[in-house]
Amino acid sequence: MYQAIVFFPLLGFLIAGFFGRTIGARASEVVTTSLLFIACFLAWIAFFSVGFGDHDTRVHVMQWIHVGDLKVDWAFRVDTMTVIMLIVVTTVSSLVHLYSIGYMHEDPSRPRFFAYLSLFTFAMLMLVTADNLLQLFFGWEGVGLASYLLIGFWYEKPSANAAAMKAFVVNRVGDFGFMLGIFAIFVMTGSIAFEEVFAAAPSLAGKTIPFLGHHWDAPTVIALLLFVGAMGKSAQFLLHTWLPDAMEGPTPVSALIHAATMVTAGVFMVARMSPIFELSQTALNVVMLIGATTAMFAATVALVQNDIKKVIAYSTCSQLGYMFVAMGAGAYSIGVFHLVTHACFKALLFLCAGSVINAMHHEQDMRNMGGLAKKIPFTYVMMLIGTLAITGFPFLAGYYSKDAIIESAWASKNYFALYGWVMTVAAAALTSFYSWRLIFLTFHGHPHDHHHYEAAHESPKVMTIPLGVLGVGSVIAGFALYNVFVGEGVHDFFRHSIFMGAENHILHEIHEIPLWAKYLPTLMMVLGFVIAYWFYIVDRTVPAALAKSQDALYQFLLNKWYFDELYDRIFVKPALWIGRLLWKRGDGTIIDGFGPNGVSARVLDVTRGVVRLQTGYLYHYAFVMLIGVAAFITWFMFAGV
Amino acid sequence: MTDWPILSVVTFLPLVGALFILVVRGDDEVSARNARWVALWTTLVTFVVSLLLLPGFDPAAPGFQFVEKKAWLGDLAAYHMGVDGISLPFVILTTFLMPFCILASWESVHKRVKEYMIAFLVLETLMIGTFSALDLVLFYFFFEGGLIPMFLIIGVWGGQRRVYAAFKFFLYTLAGSVLMMLAIMAMYWQSGTTDVPTLLAHGFPSGMQIWLWLAFFASFAVKMPMWPVHTWLPDAHVEAPTAGSVILAGVMLKMGGYGFLRYSLPMFPEASHYFAPLVFTLSVVAIIYTSLVALVQEDIKKLIAYSSIAHMGFVTMGIFAMNEQGLQGAMFLMISHGFVSAALFLCVGVIYDRLHTREIAAYGGLVHRMPLYATVLMVFTMANVGLPGTSGFIGEFLTMLAAFERNTWVAFFAATGVILSAGYALWLYLRVVFGPLEKEKLKTMMDLSPREMVIMVPLVILTVLFGIWPAPILNMTSHAVNAVVARTDSVAGAVKTALLLSF
Repeated sequence: MYQAIVFFPLLGFLIAGFFGRTIGARASEVVTTSLLFIACFLAWIAFFSVGFGDHDTRVHVMQWIHVGDLKVDWAFRVDTMTVIMLIVVTTVSSLVHLYSIGYMHEDPSRPRFFAYLSLFTFAMLMLVTADNLLQLFFGWEGVGLASYLLIGFWYEKPSANAAAMKAFVVNRVGDFGFMLGIFAIFVMTGSIAFEEVFAAAPSLAGKTIPFLGHHWDAPTVIALLLFVGAMGKSAQFLLHTWLPDAMEGPTPVSALIHAATMVTAGVFMVARMSPIFELSQTALNVVMLIGATTAMFAATVALVQNDIKKVIAYSTCSQLGYMFVAMGAGAYSIGVFHLVTHACFKALLFLCAGSVINAMHHEQDMRNMGGLAKKIPFTYVMMLIGTLAITGFPFLAGYYSKDAIIESAWASKNYFALYGWVMTVAAAALTSFYSWRLIFLTFHGHPHDHHHYEAAHESPKVMTIPLGVLGVGSVIAGFALYNVFVGEGVHDFFRHSIFMGAENHILHEIHEIPLWAKYLPTLMMVLGFVIAYWFYIVDRTVPAALAKSQDALYQFLLNKWYFDELYDRIFVKPALWIGRLLWKRGDGTIIDGFGPNGVSARVLDVTRGVVRLQTGYLYHYAFVMLIGVAAFITWFMFAGV
Repeated sequence: MTDWPILSVVTFLPLVGALFILVVRGDDEVSARNARWVALWTTLVTFVVSLLLLPGFDPAAPGFQFVEKKAWLGDLAAYHMGVDGISLPFVILTTFLMPFCILASWESVHKRVKEYMIAFLVLETLMIGTFSALDLVLFYFFFEGGLIPMFLIIGVWGGQRRVYAAFKFFLYTLAGSVLMMLAIMAMYWQSGTTDVPTLLAHGFPSGMQIWLWLAFFASFAVKMPMWPVHTWLPDAHVEAPTAGSVILAGVMLKMGGYGFLRYSLPMFPEASHYFAPLVFTLSVVAIIYTSLVALVQEDIKKLIAYSSIAHMGFVTMGIFAMNEQGLQGAMFLMISHGFVSAALFLCVGVIYDRLHTREIAAYGGLVHRMPLYATVLMVFTMANVGLPGTSGFIGEFLTMLAAFERNTWVAFFAATGVILSAGYALWLYLRVVFGPLEKEKLKTMMDLSPREMVIMVPLVILTVLFGIWPAPILNMTSHAVNAVVARTDSVAGAVKTALLLSF
């Protein structure tokens, strides 16, 4: 059954990829989508059988790399963490497949699109079912490839190509750390299979590892190196720059890859590696610091963006920061809880945005929208649900998971616990503001582009059904799963798939926080809503005036803290400059100048004019060989052999 | 084992084909066509015969197999041939790539077709001989002999600056090999034999090992090529015809790595330990330096040539990590790079044949006209980048892992190559394949022809197959590699003590 879940999407990819042109677009859509729905159905069976039935297992597929002590197999590790990810990935993916039939119906390269979507799903499933770090890395890079292909799907757009490449290269910076982390784990434990690594993990405590000239605490080095990988994939502060640009891809892709699944791979990896992270408070401190900073930073940028997808992209970035705050607090199950609920409401938001864009004929600038609530009421209602869920409106999905994260930051013993708490609480207000700003600008007020407004229409059924399903998920996922992710049921549900040290009582301590702290996030949500309502419903002149009076700050936020410009200045340009220098001066002037060119110039002087060039070289070569042979014989004569 | 000299047959079959072409008279279109077909059939048959080595080969058996020994130059040298797990993969790689070379030259070579085919067939014999020779003099003969046809291929059938490139190639390689010849003489003088199996067990005095190692290093480092003696390669590649580049990148570069594995490590283990830090340094410099240079190239072939040098940096790093992962990884990377870089050069050849320029800026938006080509090139680009699931990943991963066990700095710097390779490879792909199709000349480009598909499809399959199932190669090499590791390990303790005493 697990083979079917993982390999059906691969089958879909192969069919649509190789025979897409032969069987046609409609057949490709139907084949890939139905295979995904079957996989999804099986994944839900697996979820109940493993999550609540204690049927953990390991499925061996085949041998991969066996070299000396290094033994790596293709195998599936099926435990609670795996099945949670299985349902998230297959459910969102199958809904996105379905939605794409409607969204992409005018595109001539649909077989290619569906092939890529299925390829992505396969790689993501390999990632979450991995039995060892290298297979996880295979999936990790595989989703990177699929993301690259899908961001650059409309390859005639130079901006899309640039964004695709940027995504891949920035992710590689993370992979750089991830790979070193894998090496360190192998050196310390003699294996990279999870089973053996986790068994050896407790003995790592207090051990040191020689790394870059010093002896460091082994778990800290390993955890931090792995976390660099997670930062790349999950677009955390400093390595986040690729995610907003990734919005160049088609909107269903943004929903599936850049919101619900791929970007959460970093969170999944940290949770999976919890036996290592639990050993290093330093590493957890860094995770909390980066997570909290990302949550706040991305939320500030989201405040002022005008592109509807960019707002949601920064919102994703910010929510991923929340998940890492939970990881840093040692509350792994809560982080994963937010991963699940976020997958629901963020996929919903993106698909709604897609529906809006579809209705507006590929217009993405919110300043040209407005008043759409009357034109596309179903999308409006769904988007409203998504917004309520993400802002943490009581009893919707985000209310349970996000508040639990903020509480865990408060209760944590992390060095940056207070920082994490302040940042997440403040970001909650900002989240509420930008989410409602999006709603008000898009669906309320007066239409700004009458031509498009008049033509706007509700999307077809294949697009609205996925919205409905995700809408239901965004409402019920929170209270349905609260018990097993945060409450009493955590230990029976997760069992060994996450590890919490003997000292780690965070899941109990979050229930003992003061009442005011408990209700503060909800208050923040209301505050954000009120300000957004005032700015965009009551008096629309306020935001413009504010932007004008605080122009420096506004520009700073609008330009995303100038990260792109900064990186271009300190990484891209110097790399090209050094490359050119090494090429022209290093290879050209120095090595060639003193080496072959100098010598050959002399030799050429001699040979030129003596014989014609082409045959000249041949004779020349024979001549030198002759000298060699002569020397050889002479030597033997003198040596008297 | 078989009773017919299968290894000699594989080695000299191409020569027979060459002779056959030689006796074909005339210089018209018919004789050119005949020459092509004879060459193709010769290389195909050679490949099939070389595959017959596989069932008889026992990877677990110690020492060499398919051994043939005949008297040759008196007691100086014997005709001694044989293969083990280190050389057999290279033999197969060579015979495997040759038919592709002939096919790739089918329509692009019009000048002196007969001579061209002869040069390639002679080259094949010499390359196979290099990998299966078990006598130093014989090895030297094959190793150096390979220069001549390659030199001619670049110098006669090359591009505009072919004379300069051929000369540079020749000068560099000759400079290195003269030193190796001297070392071979010295070894004969010291041990009284040039027989490789005997020398492998010989054990030279430590002081002498240093000099011998350096002399061999000079030759192999140029062949690899290692920084800073690499500058011949970009020029040679740029000027060589497509098939010449394929052989150069696919097989000839590997002779350096093969030499390190076969000679330097087991024959001079103490010196190898002594010089390992030097090789690490040069490897890491090569990886970063050439990757940065590759970023700014304006010529497609030059870019791939520089990326080859970077990959060879991983190989030398893995070899001198001198542990199982390192050596296996280096072997795997060489084989994988053998067909991946060959495929990349073949891909360049495809568009060069259509547009007659290698300038990156002349292309753009090819995917609109050539979707099949875009797909194929994407696979090889990803293999070049070292994406898991392609054969390029396994070698890179193993060599870096091995280096990490030796020295974390080395692995750290080498791993930056992972970022840079993504940069140059994807940027190249973006500029050539993606983007709008605006240039007039490109609007009539045709997608891959059936002949080109025949070339590309097997390479695509191998790239992916060995990425997910590398066992065939790893199993073939593991025992031979372990013998080398054991040999270097046996002296590692002694070297450490010597180093400690010197402080």
